[in-house]
Amino acid sequence: MTNSSPAAKADTAKLEAESRNATKAQFAEFWYYFSQNKGAVIGLAIFALLVVMAVFAPVLAPHDPDVQYRDSFLAPPIWQEGGKAAFLLGTDWVGRDILSRIIYGARYSLGIAVMVVIFSVTTGVCLGLLAGYMRGVVDVVIMRIMDIILSFPALLLALVLAVILQPGLKSAMFAISIVLLPHFVRLTRAAVLSERSRDYVVAARIAGAGHIRLMFTTILPNCLAPLIVQATLSFSNAILDVAALGFLGMGAQPPTPEWGTMLAEAREFILRAWWVVTFPGLAILITVLAINLVGDGLRDALDPKLKRS
Amino acid sequence: MLRFILGRIGLLIPTFFGVTFVAFLFIRLLPGDPLELLAGERGISPERKAQLMVQMGFDKPFLQQYWDYVVGIFHGDLGVSFASKKPVLDEFLTLFPATAELALCAIILAVCLGIPAGIFAAVKRGSFFDQTIMGTALVGYSMPIFWWALLLIVFFSGTLGWTPVSGRISLMYFFPQVTGFMLIDSLLSGEKGAFLSALSHLILPSIVLATIPLAVIARQTRSAMLEVLGEDYVRTARAKGLPPRRVIGLHALRNALIPVITTIGLQVGVLLTGAILTETIFSWPGIGKWLIESISRRDYTVVQGGLLMIAGVIMVVNLIVDVLYGLINPRIRHN
Repeated sequence: MTNSSPAAKADTAKLEAESRNATKAQFAEFWYYFSQNKGAVIGLAIFALLVVMAVFAPVLAPHDPDVQYRDSFLAPPIWQEGGKAAFLLGTDWVGRDILSRIIYGARYSLGIAVMVVIFSVTTGVCLGLLAGYMRGVVDVVIMRIMDIILSFPALLLALVLAVILQPGLKSAMFAISIVLLPHFVRLTRAAVLSERSRDYVVAARIAGAGHIRLMFTTILPNCLAPLIVQATLSFSNAILDVAALGFLGMGAQPPTPEWGTMLAEAREFILRAWWVVTFPGLAILITVLAINLVGDGLRDALDPKLKRS
Repeated sequence: MLRFILGRIGLLIPTFFGVTFVAFLFIRLLPGDPLELLAGERGISPERKAQLMVQMGFDKPFLQQYWDYVVGIFHGDLGVSFASKKPVLDEFLTLFPATAELALCAIILAVCLGIPAGIFAAVKRGSFFDQTIMGTALVGYSMPIFWWALLLIVFFSGTLGWTPVSGRISLMYFFPQVTGFMLIDSLLSGEKGAFLSALSHLILPSIVLATIPLAVIARQTRSAMLEVLGEDYVRTARAKGLPPRRVIGLHALRNALIPVITTIGLQVGVLLTGAILTETIFSWPGIGKWLIESISRRDYTVVQGGLLMIAGVIMVVNLIVDVLYGLINPRIRHN
């Protein structure tokens, strides 16, 4: 009998349809548990708005973020006495529109966080899979390197790396990726260790699956839940760390409208013009809070232990 | 137990060498010639450079240099600061009490507020109080603390004028350092008003530094308590007719605190990271401010030494937490 016989084709089509239905059912179940957490849904909505803001910044921003309006230095927000309709959230000390800078800043913060998380997740998962699957010397070497990274406070290590690589956005991104890496390696390794002796993995090995297939196709999909939750947490950490590095002058450099850099530049005006400090910080807080709310919801929806309780 | 402790120390040895290697590599990875970097903008003559190469051991093979560096560390030699010309270790030891005082106050604040808040939220699960406490904790956990510090300065120092903006104590007071902890030294000095001045300087930085640990501890206590409150022995205690306060305070809390202690230990890294930002904003003369200033002054031996010492502090504290955890949880000890 060959695979091309009509009966075999019908079987394959049936299996594919079943698999599609199973995926749909899984997603429906996930969404049911996720949507039980109202905070998570609100967080997701805010996060979606922030993404829209970042993508359509040139359309949404009322002004160019770098243009200095010489007649409007430190103009207060519109609702305060002396505020101007053209500058909703006021201007900074060189007359740049704060709202436009915050809208453009979303591009930097979210963009950097996405890059950082992609780098940390892919590298961390590969290293964790290698360590957990290979064991032995590979495991020891990888895990001791991760222990060393974890021995340093994250921000200090990021600062030192930024010094070595010269301050700037790229080096800040690389530094934060390295700092976040051990969490993914440890999580993946732990999950792989608990999965590798399960029957389905042994069955796949006996059926002749190679190492790469066993690692990435057989084991990895069953370790995804904690990794997704960790990726969300790392996303918010990355935003905070980028802002902190910018604040300390080791991240994005002025006049880049990155939120932390904006705060650093505004520091000396805090007692004279509260708005130059308040709004960029509020933008960081709202973004991080929204992502953490989503993270809590994901954890509730993906953790089977919590589902049962 | 001794085997358990020795095992944990044994695990630290490769990490210790790794950490020293990172600190050793730091100066060698900087772009440019390390000696010219260390000399700064004044530059250096070729003769002096050759002399320094030999003096600092840069002419030796790489591994020999690393070995000399490690031997130096065991002799307390972390190099000399290029800015102050003082040994890095001396500077660290002078400044460390300031950071320790701040970090201790912050962690005491976080534990004293976080654990009761977590217990209360767990006991009143699903209530308005639970939601408010957990909502506040999530905001605290998401807080960019450098911004939070600026807001507190604007409100409490700028608008209300209640607290000073920077430093550890008013310049009016001068007394010798005994413990390095300003609160204790000011009390010992007997100078009128000195203690209050030190306390008022400490309040805002402590609140800022405590914010994230407080939120983490409250969340962790709540989830640990919820887990324990569902256990059979708690139900039995309730069924025996014990008053709720005794069930929660004695039966549940003792076991719920085990994971919380680990969480508190893990906050040391968070505190030291936070100290870098908090000390910079409040001009608090501790390790964090010292490191940031050294980075901007390009005083790289200080950065190298500080990096090593901070990693050392974190490693030691983690070891203590591990041992404590084994001490109170026999399951860990016997695995």
